[in-house]
Amino acid sequence: MEILLAIMVGLLYAAGLFMILRRSLVKLIIGLVLLGNGANLLIFLLGRLVKGRPPIIPEGSKALAGAFADPVPQALILTAIVISFGLQSFAIILIKQAYKVVGTDDLDEINATDEDA
Amino acid sequence: MTTTGQFLFAPLLFQFFLAVLLLFLWRRTDLQRWASIFGNLTGLGLASVLFLRVWRGGALSVQAGGWEAPFGITLVADMFSATLVLLTSAIGLAVAIYSAASVQELRLRLGYFPILQFLLMGLAGAFLAGDIFNLYVWFEIIIISSFVLITIGGERLQLEGAVKYFTINILASVIFLTAIAILYGLTGTLNLADLAVKAKDIDNQALFSVSALMFFAGFGIKSAVFPLYFWLPASYHAPPAAVSAVFAGLLTKVGVYALIRIFSLVFTADPFIYEFMGWIAILTLFTGGVGALVQNNIRRVFSFFIVCHIGFMIAGLAIFSRPALAGAVFYMAHDIVVKANLFLLAGLIFKIRHTNSMKKLGGLYAEYPRLSLLLAVPLFSLVGIPPLSGFWPKVSLVLAGLEGRHFLLVGAMLLASFLTLIIIARLWAEVFWKNGQAPEIKPNAGYFPDMEPKRRALLVAPIAMLALASLYIGFAAEHLQLLSERIASELSDPASYIRAVLP
Repeated sequence: MEILLAIMVGLLYAAGLFMILRRSLVKLIIGLVLLGNGANLLIFLLGRLVKGRPPIIPEGSKALAGAFADPVPQALILTAIVISFGLQSFAIILIKQAYKVVGTDDLDEINATDEDA
Repeated sequence: MTTTGQFLFAPLLFQFFLAVLLLFLWRRTDLQRWASIFGNLTGLGLASVLFLRVWRGGALSVQAGGWEAPFGITLVADMFSATLVLLTSAIGLAVAIYSAASVQELRLRLGYFPILQFLLMGLAGAFLAGDIFNLYVWFEIIIISSFVLITIGGERLQLEGAVKYFTINILASVIFLTAIAILYGLTGTLNLADLAVKAKDIDNQALFSVSALMFFAGFGIKSAVFPLYFWLPASYHAPPAAVSAVFAGLLTKVGVYALIRIFSLVFTADPFIYEFMGWIAILTLFTGGVGALVQNNIRRVFSFFIVCHIGFMIAGLAIFSRPALAGAVFYMAHDIVVKANLFLLAGLIFKIRHTNSMKKLGGLYAEYPRLSLLLAVPLFSLVGIPPLSGFWPKVSLVLAGLEGRHFLLVGAMLLASFLTLIIIARLWAEVFWKNGQAPEIKPNAGYFPDMEPKRRALLVAPIAMLALASLYIGFAAEHLQLLSERIASELSDPASYIRAVLP
């Protein structure tokens, strides 16, 4: 399972990087989304995968015994997903607006900010 | 946990409540202006109280919800954090006053003031965070607020700048998050103090260094070091001057703060990373200075100066001795005040002449002699002509560099100072001394010459306030030197930080 996830994470990072190197605005956003998902899965993977052992202290004992699923990475991922959801919705509106105003989605033509005025 | 630590929430929660209050005043932009000014004045008061408490009683910490460190979310204010929170509030106040007079009604109606307040809250939170993931969350609050501020109004230049700013910041966040994932996988903790304790016992030091480099890349993008700075001059001149001033004063510095914090607390074992930082600092100083040399738009000149002068702080961190850290911290305080002021100044010049192009500007000194003298203070403080504020930290940094035998780094710092001097001298000659004509201005178009006196005062007051602050830093340098030496001794001895957090 770890191997599979590791490959998955690698693929997401690779695909994300490939997409942000393209010239289209839409592909840029897709690339950023893929990278974000890769990072989330990486947190999950590095928090160690434990199956079927929730971190609940059984009745009668005072501490967890043996391996148990770490709840912290899941809390982190949940936070990161919510944040990236907000950022992505902003990004989509932004590129729509930029496309309307600038009239192109080719990143090479978005260069008014580098002109000397 | 002590009850005195609870006070740490005050500056944060206050900013939050102020932002919510401003949201309720959505359509009442006239009320928003005054609420924002007086609110930020109160915020400055709270930050000063926090600063004084930390100065007298040492580092404060509080565990959110009473969950003991390292399990809960920790907020910590040591001297470094408290100083930066104080500076953030001061810039916040100056920008609130300036915004009240300069930001167009159109933008105010779209929620400019509430978002500005959320940005200031995010900044204060990032400086107080004692937990690496919490720091990530504050960074996200900062960037989402800054995205809105950079795009608000929706002009073509703004949207183009925003696309670049947006992309690179999200990328930095992903790198930051990846670094956190690796660090958590290695140590099983996110609390900065706990990380500092556990860093020594990590078996896989190679992977630990990889994580360190990823943090350096992530924060390096945010603080605009070579070669990750291209987004900054492409976007910082696009939004209104008040927004650029907050960005210039504080947003890059929060990246530098995170670098100094992490590389003095957690990743201290690997000498390679400091050497690497030294090279990065040299290249940042050089490319920023040379970049500024060829610009014509004064806001773009200042943007390149931001890059150039980040190099001084990174240089201080790279030398990593106590005097060098003191120099870096001193430089940071000076830079926050001066850089914010420079962009306010550029905004004021635009209001007077309706252009920021050096070729078209001119004759300001003949027309506004007293105002020009005021504007000279931030410009020449930036150069660091003694006894103005930029001089003292550069002395500390150069002495520390010579002591540590980092001759190339010292050479780069001197070269960057020299380039700054040339560019500011040229800028002064072009903008203030050269013969120039006031442009044809349509009446009632909202330019400085036909503003009512109250509005003029609101535009000039924040510049005067920040200029006074830089004069204070320059003429009473021993105060700030004392403060930065204390910060440096806290930074180079992480034990006090760890004691403040872990019982």
